Amino acid sequence: MKIENHPILGKKEEKKKVMIIFEGKTIEAEEGDPVAVALMNAGIRDFRLTRKKGEPRGVYCAIGRCTDCMMTINGRANVRTCITPVEEGMIVERGKLSREGKTK
Amino acid sequence: MINTDICIIGAGPAGLAASIEAARYGAKVTLVDENHRAGGQLFKQIHKFFGSHNHQAGIRGFDIGENLLKEAIQLGVDIHLRTVAYGIFEEGIIGINDIDKQKNGLIKAKKTILATGAIENALPFNGWTKPGVMGAGAAQTLMNLYGLQPGKRVVMVGTGNVGLIVSYQLLQAGVEVVAIVEAAPKVTGYLVHSRKLLRSGVPIYTSTTVKEAKGQKGVDEVVIISLDEKFSPIKESEKVLGADTVCIAVGLSPLSELARLAGCDFSFIKALGGFVPKHDKDMKTTKNDVYVAGDIAGIEEASSAMEEGRLAGIAAAESLGLVETAKAKILKMEYENRLLELRQGVFGTGRREAKKELVKESEK
Repeated sequence: MKIENHPILGKKEEKKKVMIIFEGKTIEAEEGDPVAVALMNAGIRDFRLTRKKGEPRGVYCAIGRCTDCMMTINGRANVRTCITPVEEGMIVERGKLSREGKTK
Repeated sequence: MINTDICIIGAGPAGLAASIEAARYGAKVTLVDENHRAGGQLFKQIHKFFGSHNHQAGIRGFDIGENLLKEAIQLGVDIHLRTVAYGIFEEGIIGINDIDKQKNGLIKAKKTILATGAIENALPFNGWTKPGVMGAGAAQTLMNLYGLQPGKRVVMVGTGNVGLIVSYQLLQAGVEVVAIVEAAPKVTGYLVHSRKLLRSGVPIYTSTTVKEAKGQKGVDEVVIISLDEKFSPIKESEKVLGADTVCIAVGLSPLSELARLAGCDFSFIKALGGFVPKHDKDMKTTKNDVYVAGDIAGIEEASSAMEEGRLAGIAAAESLGLVETAKAKILKMEYENRLLELRQGVFGTGRREAKKELVKESEK
């Protein structure tokens, strides 16, 4: 959930709305948000399943280092969602890791 | 290929300070960072800094970041964002990748300053890979940079200053901090922070750790357990807490891959966060044209990172003949003194001694 009123950062700024599509559903995001933030704000926390055991993974470091939050964006696999800003009409799918960096 | 005098990798406090310093003396500076915004972790630091006037004490991290960024732009620093430095080769060649264009390129620099920062340490326990378990810095990024509550109910692991400050910032963000656990028998950060949290009603459990995070798709429950004086779990001392998030604040490690690729010599120094590139007083590594600054050269705070950045910036400019040696000497002494001031007290002394040792080793 977004913070409406912060004692130091102040009232939430009104930002332009951006629509992204997550597994067929439209999710409202705000301009400048990374994909990971938009998804978490919509209550989605499991971003991908591991290749061998199918265990869920989500945001761990939020600064592009750990690669735990990777998803498939506009058909490209292994995209770090925590450092990828949302774009209108972006198609986001739960990450399927591929060694070649391509979606199967 | 981009030809430049000084290439700086990482636009956090160390990299920005280094850029400003070098550009001020006329160096052509190219600054590379993979994020879409410069400033590193400064913009999530909404608390006021410590230290003296010289260290910008009393000013909040994001304002310091804004000022540095403005100055770097005014001085004509060439900033490449969303650009990954993937490799560093002989003769000052750096391989870069433009994330958006998916295009590779090269930079040829006379001097290189690595200011790549740090990564948070992980703490393995059952369920630590579940969505909802994250670094304390990650929670800080989500709430302070993007205005998102990282969860509803958080268990914080670690009572160093990061754990304590982020816990307080979670409260400011309207998130409930269910508990803070600390494996050591005492709080390890500043008491001024822990007392503030206790006054706000947050329980701090010392000699306690997380045993397990439970839940199907994420975290629903967190099991904590008491530890004896040998840090072994005490049987049947488990407590189950309802929480959807676990934040891990158990220290940071230098992000030093590029220094490895460059062939720099390393030293293992626990007080500085693990393996760090050896460097001299000028922040120069064992590779002649490669400098380091900030957390890559040993985990400290943003204030020290900026001073180290200035040191590396002036030293690199000096080595290019852009600053007179006598003038550089005075400036370097000033920055060194400021670093000494920052390396005081309970937390600073260990780091000061460790840094001394590192410099001594590199000069062998």
